[in-house]
Amino acid sequence: MSKIPLQFRHNGRDVAIFVDGGTNLLVALRELIGDMTPKFGCGQGGCGTCSVLIDGELHLSCLTLAETVAGRSVETLDGMKQGPNLHPLQRAFADNFAAQCGYCTPGMLMAAKALLDRNPSPSRDEVIEAISGNICRCTGYEPIINAILAAAGGRVSA
Amino acid sequence: MTRHRGRGIASINYPIGMNLGGDPSQALVHSNPSGKFTVALSSIDLGQGMKSVTRQICAETLGVPVEDVYVDTADSDTGPHCMGSFASRGTHRVGNAVMAAAREARGVMMEAAAEELEVNAADLETDGRGNIHVKGAPHRSISTKDVAIAAQFKQGKTISGRGIFLVPLSEVNPETGEMSPATCYAHACLVAEVDVDDETGEVAMVRMDSAYELGRALNPRLVEQQLVGGAWMGVSHALYETPEPYYPEPVHGPRDFVEYLMPGPGDICPHDIAVLERPAPDGPFGAKGPGEMCANPVLPAVANAIFNAVGVRIDDLPITPERVLRAIKAQGGARPQARR
Repeated sequence: MSKIPLQFRHNGRDVAIFVDGGTNLLVALRELIGDMTPKFGCGQGGCGTCSVLIDGELHLSCLTLAETVAGRSVETLDGMKQGPNLHPLQRAFADNFAAQCGYCTPGMLMAAKALLDRNPSPSRDEVIEAISGNICRCTGYEPIINAILAAAGGRVSA
Repeated sequence: MTRHRGRGIASINYPIGMNLGGDPSQALVHSNPSGKFTVALSSIDLGQGMKSVTRQICAETLGVPVEDVYVDTADSDTGPHCMGSFASRGTHRVGNAVMAAAREARGVMMEAAAEELEVNAADLETDGRGNIHVKGAPHRSISTKDVAIAAQFKQGKTISGRGIFLVPLSEVNPETGEMSPATCYAHACLVAEVDVDDETGEVAMVRMDSAYELGRALNPRLVEQQLVGGAWMGVSHALYETPEPYYPEPVHGPRDFVEYLMPGPGDICPHDIAVLERPAPDGPFGAKGPGEMCANPVLPAVANAIFNAVGVRIDDLPITPERVLRAIKAQGGARPQARR
């Protein structure tokens, strides 16, 4: 199979790679670009831990063909912190003990960012809906919801 | 066709760790020439917080700042043996092993400091900020870093310690069948409130109120986190999760995350938790273990709440809408019990 050249913006930086036809974005990000922040959970859109933003919209990278992001902007957790400073959402997750094993955290943070970027002061129900595609197997939804609400309210501690 | 509110209660007694083979865990602690300490464990932190808690235990025992301790876990090549992370045993078993290892390392550290300060080790104390000084004379002081350097490059001493925790194996009394399978028990009580829909059989959690007694909470925020998430694991066992819904028939079993039923963020209900601390005599700084026991009271409490709501007693898990509906049908309709 011939390789397909692919160019897109990855966390504000232009990248160019060659992908096999049918390669999904998760594999392209992890194996070809080396960004390990989107996680492989189920590989079929059931868990949300591979969530990334494409042109600001939340997408499951495991169900996205890599070719379809040509010329577009892909944001992952790797690009979330601002220089040496954690993003307010990351700070709020840490302060609110919103990670246990941490495997869902990258996807939760991206889902939360997608929400707060378009709705800076969501209600609790809106937060719940925003992360309803993400599974936390430690079932720690309560502190995750609280962390997102805290970040939205500008409060960094519980 | 209506939704019935019900309330159920359950209390549990939870043994910490196992009896098998004495349930041992080992730990090694050593200082680096920088005066920082490494704890080597093969025990695994799955997110339950063992790495943080053993770090605190080691720092407290050594008398050094928690920042000066690094815990290296989950490596069976370099870490000493551990039975594993299960049975709520991590804090209690591994914590005790770390405490023993840190105590031994502290002994060497104090001897090395005594040699440098030319005093008796028994006259020294740590300040918890990285210094060792003569009791009552804080100016006669040396930093743990300088002690580590002296031990490494001058005295030729290893500031290190070994620790193991082993519960004596309890034999079964052949006459009475009695034994003591555990030395340490945690306790919990939980009240669950549910809504049961007698048309769909669906059970929705309304709220939970609980009290957990788990010895000293060494890291209260981690304990709270474990109790919040663990209670939902209990709800999940009570209402949703099973790999074999038609046991023993394997067909229609879930094959992946998409088909396997689990609670999502929309199922969460308010949960008020009270943590009661009664330090355990044989726990590290009095700690027991909140690991698994946080899920256990939820299952019987939910089953009791369903009985209270619609009068059906379901003793197969999980309590699916199908099971609820069949049971309601078998008794000729919902029979709400008296509110408690």
